[in-house]
Amino acid sequence: MKPENQELRLIDTAHLIGEVEDYRNKGHRLVNVSCTRAGEEFEISYSFELDLRFENIRIIIPLDADIPSISGIYWGAFIYENEMHDLFGVHVRGMNIDFKGNLIRTTVPYPFRNTSFKGEGPCQDR
Amino acid sequence: MSRQIVMPFGPQHPVLPEPIHLDLVLEDETGVDGMLSIGYLHGGLETLVEKRQFPEYVYIAERTCGICSFIHGMTYCQGIERVMGLEVPERAHYLRTIWSEYSRLHSHLLWLGLFADSMGFENLFMNAWKHREFVLDVMEETTGGRVIQGSCKVGGVRRDIDQETLKKMERDLKGFEKGLKEMANVFLNDDSVASRLRGVGVLSRNDAYVCGAVGPTGRGSGVPIDARMTGYAAYGELDFSPVVEQDGDCYARCAVRVNELFSSIEIIRQSIDRIPGGEIEVKVKGNPDGEYFSRSEQPRGELVHYVKGNGTKYLARSRIRTPTLTNIPPLVKMLQGCELADVPVIVLSIDPCIGCMER
Repeated sequence: MKPENQELRLIDTAHLIGEVEDYRNKGHRLVNVSCTRAGEEFEISYSFELDLRFENIRIIIPLDADIPSISGIYWGAFIYENEMHDLFGVHVRGMNIDFKGNLIRTTVPYPFRNTSFKGEGPCQDR
Repeated sequence: MSRQIVMPFGPQHPVLPEPIHLDLVLEDETGVDGMLSIGYLHGGLETLVEKRQFPEYVYIAERTCGICSFIHGMTYCQGIERVMGLEVPERAHYLRTIWSEYSRLHSHLLWLGLFADSMGFENLFMNAWKHREFVLDVMEETTGGRVIQGSCKVGGVRRDIDQETLKKMERDLKGFEKGLKEMANVFLNDDSVASRLRGVGVLSRNDAYVCGAVGPTGRGSGVPIDARMTGYAAYGELDFSPVVEQDGDCYARCAVRVNELFSSIEIIRQSIDRIPGGEIEVKVKGNPDGEYFSRSEQPRGELVHYVKGNGTKYLARSRIRTPTLTNIPPLVKMLQGCELADVPVIVLSIDPCIGCMER
């Protein structure tokens, strides 16, 4: 097996659009946008690929902050941004297609926003 | 200009194997726009990492999808192995490759049958599923499971395939390939199939790239994306190249899948010829501490399992980005300007797996 080398850079939210535009101009493909709750913050990772080289940039935002949409640069990004909104409650400004919370029909609002890592349930034995 | 109407399509529809809802904006019978909403199958599988230890989560990962279950389990295991720095034995890599390609054969044949059914070609539908039975029998014989295999684990695989069975598998592939060629001839050369698919649901190369199309949806539009080229499992040791078509219509996406059947057979043959002896797993000690984006090529396209460990038995995060999720924006593009009667065929042409997508 050939292990894949992956780069990950932490950037400021203010530089997000500029960085994503750079990737677009260089011909990268948007692979994924993922959100992770890390304490009282969200880690949002944007993954790109060009010629099998996999690169990631990450922003870290407070739980109640909003972020700019990259769907003006990568048209298909709206699916990830709507998903982040519906599951984590991350507010994304300026999405090209905004489902307004109706992409994923959940019985509980923002079901992934709160984790049970704080000692509840079977995680107590950690 | 005609009056626009919004017509609901799904979540229950004869052509949809799983529930998905589409709001089709129509002018007469021409689609102006199509918007999807999902959530009927959302199971919250990603959050189960909080309740299942990382070796147990393989079972959850496998059950993300009932068709490409093996590849989900393998991709998750690859991610954990990379975070923990585990060196998986070569034989295990080859076995994973063989089962992955049988999964691809199974998935493509299932899709070809459903696709033929959506065109009203019942005989072709049954023919495709007849061949699929052969693949499921091999999976059952070698792993114990037809759909959920349970043969992948962190550090390797649970089951080996003995040399005699491998030789039998290789012999049986000859007859299987012959039958597939006859079926492929109908899919690729029959007038009624071509007239139903050619020029329908066209996705340009540029749209495929900007919308993030992956797998046969992207390759049917001339974008040669194939995660197997990264060389995971044993793919780095094998000779193959992505199957690519240029037209971007439903016929091109169908042709990619038909031709990938033969590519998969060739990969299985090479794997059987080159598989080394030795162990099939390594012992796993400790807990994962770190993160990795594990990628693989599912039958529907590129799959990403993001795993983040925190040094405990429980992962901090598992994120599964399935190919169907990223093929939704291309589907929205394809539906713009299509005929109402073509919507079922176009929706099926991305091979949507809703259970996979919603997780």
